[in-house]
Amino acid sequence: MGAPETQVRIDRKDGVSLIRYEGDITSFSEEAVLGSFRELKPEEHARILLDFSGVEYINSSGIALIITLLMEGGKQGQAIHCFGLSDHFRRVFEMVGLMRYTTLHPSEEEGIAGLNA
Amino acid sequence: MTDRPGEAKGLHTIEMTVPSRLGVEKVIMAVASRAAFSMGFDEARVEGIKTAVSEACINAVEHGNQGDETLSLKVSMTLDPDAMEILAADEGRGGRPENTAPDIDRKMRGEETPRGLGLFLIKQFVDEVDFVQGADEGNAIRMVFRLKPS
Repeated sequence: MGAPETQVRIDRKDGVSLIRYEGDITSFSEEAVLGSFRELKPEEHARILLDFSGVEYINSSGIALIITLLMEGGKQGQAIHCFGLSDHFRRVFEMVGLMRYTTLHPSEEEGIAGLNA
Repeated sequence: MTDRPGEAKGLHTIEMTVPSRLGVEKVIMAVASRAAFSMGFDEARVEGIKTAVSEACINAVEHGNQGDETLSLKVSMTLDPDAMEILAADEGRGGRPENTAPDIDRKMRGEETPRGLGLFLIKQFVDEVDFVQGADEGNAIRMVFRLKPS
């Protein structure tokens, strides 16, 4: 308990940068979520797809990190979409209003295609 | 409690006292999940119960006990045939979380903290919620989840 429990991997496909999360996204995930995002220069990473397919648990502090990421990306002109959310966390994103600031795709392929459209 | 859904017929109470630190909510969530499943809640409701319980525990740790890890978090779950009542009590003198609906537009403009979503999320998944005086000095949040929501 208390240890960082978020693994992050950055991939690149068809001009889209994929940030892949695994584990939990909580208050312990700031470096994993925001640190990894801030390493991506906006001029080189204009289209970003967040992969939540390996995420088991997101709490309100984790959602706050995603809000911050979307806010910073928006200010930098980056398009940030998502895929891989479970039905429950898709519902939570909708409840909080996050779907107005990102687009959720049913799959990685559709996410990449959506960002490249 | 049984391993099969819908088989917790009698009244059961589960009580846990755990250290007040972030991360402990996952243990409580796991117990609540198993209890809810045994009562016959479907998967979507169980996920909602897990989120509500988790946020209640985080509030108790962060607000009630104000991050003091020498304090405890006490959780009781009462299972009856129709509903599960969960009480999460802190021991601190901290306040209760803000009871205002989050404004995502203000958050995205940086005009309010991106945090402060816990109580809002709890309210989305419970049938009843209120704050009561804890057994000691602290506060307790009481949440009720009905098998057939009214």
